[in-house]
Amino acid sequence: MGFNSYLAKKVVVYTITFIVAATLNWGIPRLMPGDPIGVLLSRFSTLPQSTEVMYSYFMQAFGLDKPLHEQYINFWRALLSGDLGVSIYLYPRKVEDILLDALPYDLVLIVPAVIVSWIIGNWLGALASVSRRLDALLMPVFYFLTSSPYFWMAIVLAWLLTVVFPIFPPSGAYSPGLEPSLSLAFIEDFLMHWTLPFLSLVLVMLGGWAIGMRNLIIYEIESNYSRYMEALGAPRGLILRYAFRNAMLPQITGLALQIGLAVAGAITTEIVFSYPGLGYLMLQAIQNQDYFLMQGAFLVIVIMVLVSNFIVDIVYALVDPRIRYTYTGET
Amino acid sequence: MNRMPAKLALANPKVRIGIMVLVIIVAIAAVGPYTTGYGPLDYTGDIGAPPSREHPLGTNTFGYDVYAQVVYGLRGSLAIGLLGGVIATLIGVAVGLASGYLGGLADEMLMMITNIFLVIPTLALLIIIAAYIEQRGIGVESLIIGLTAWPWTARAVRANTLSLRSREFVYVAKLSGLGGARILVSEIMPNMLSYIIMVFILQFGGAILYAVGLDFLGLGPTDSISLGVILQQAVLWNAIQLGMWWWAIPPGLLIAVLLTALYLVNTGLDEVLNPRLRR
Repeated sequence: MGFNSYLAKKVVVYTITFIVAATLNWGIPRLMPGDPIGVLLSRFSTLPQSTEVMYSYFMQAFGLDKPLHEQYINFWRALLSGDLGVSIYLYPRKVEDILLDALPYDLVLIVPAVIVSWIIGNWLGALASVSRRLDALLMPVFYFLTSSPYFWMAIVLAWLLTVVFPIFPPSGAYSPGLEPSLSLAFIEDFLMHWTLPFLSLVLVMLGGWAIGMRNLIIYEIESNYSRYMEALGAPRGLILRYAFRNAMLPQITGLALQIGLAVAGAITTEIVFSYPGLGYLMLQAIQNQDYFLMQGAFLVIVIMVLVSNFIVDIVYALVDPRIRYTYTGET
Repeated sequence: MNRMPAKLALANPKVRIGIMVLVIIVAIAAVGPYTTGYGPLDYTGDIGAPPSREHPLGTNTFGYDVYAQVVYGLRGSLAIGLLGGVIATLIGVAVGLASGYLGGLADEMLMMITNIFLVIPTLALLIIIAAYIEQRGIGVESLIIGLTAWPWTARAVRANTLSLRSREFVYVAKLSGLGGARILVSEIMPNMLSYIIMVFILQFGGAILYAVGLDFLGLGPTDSISLGVILQQAVLWNAIQLGMWWWAIPPGLLIAVLLTALYLVNTGLDEVLNPRLRR
């Protein structure tokens, strides 16, 4: 019961967040100085079959001859039926189809990168918190990693491992001659292309996790329950284990915030490697002034972040029983 | 409480090293443009030349001197960090103070807005805002970054305000008949000043990172140069594949070093203020 009402509350919060994000998406072009929507619509009038395009719900939502509230309602009607408009850059493909094609590339990049960096980062942070020597050695490295712009890390790796030591392919998700399939040759080729963008994301995120874990464990070791255990003569290993387990909880909450940053990092990293995910699309959209594609990508990114936040919430409630108890009203 | 907080902070080695690096970087931005004969967009006659005595960081595909671009670009990036950081800190502190001190419905509304903007990915939001602005200067870029980067600060300041609000000296101030605004400004704010400085340091670094990301996507300032713009050009024109590391690596390295220094100062101050973190 407690678990369900906890999840229900989260769903409400995320739904409101999505409504706000979508409304911003609708409102920003209307709020900006100048006539951005005029520019947007005129981009279409030069294309063939433009009258057909104009007929779509989404275009209606942008029709400025209608009153504002009607535009807003049309926008939601289009959105809820999955109509995100038509792309200019890949005309006449629909924005929603283009985005759905790109999304898997983001997922295979971001999800493993977040999980792997979380595990390694927490482990290294815990190591640093135990040994003073390692601490002095590793902390500057962690600070440097977390300070690096994602795409700069990608540039460094690309230079080192595709130019200086040409081990990995420089760009794309797979070699141009190959067709995506489940054959061994394709999977190997795919992994070779995937390694460098994945590695750049992991390296930058790892620093943040390690710093967080190290600080949390030091806090725990200094806290009263650890002192008490120490006074009772508990072995150091046991005290550290408790400290580690308690430090894990804030790190799981941290996952929720990190996902948004990881997505932002992936956007720029993909550009360095021409990796065909949402980030690479976003760049094409910007360069071609393809506003529908850009705004569609924004919505997909928001949904991706909201869904992953929700998953983190579920994991958190499973790991920390206090969450569930709070919502049964027993406290 | 402490009469020489600056001295105490400087006793921490992390703060010392961080500030030293920051001073060097600011000096590069201040003096750098006078140490080179080239402007950032001057054609030098050498194309894609590696670093030499004449061009400390080589030249790029367009024949621009990379060193000149970096020292001018650094000025732009620092300006955006400073402006964007100040705006984000001001909004975050105002929202956090109001939310924590007022409590009740105002608190719930402000925190709901804060939590919503905390979840919406900032860079993605910045992209769609910037894409609709045709003329983007450093001021506009700082403004939109400041307007989107404040939420975590609001949450942190609120938590801090809540813990200060229930302290004895605040009760005493209330008993002596001071109004709410007066208590916020003269009792709570001074006790949070050190914390606000730490927040600003992180917002400063954050604004630089967001700006670099925007610049890299081609949504940076349209009228001036920044470190992000140099990196965008470098990747766009295949500097890495052409082996021109001097074009693509140094600008980002400078950002990473600058942010590391900011983190060091921040952590050092944290250790000074929270003795539990010291070791």
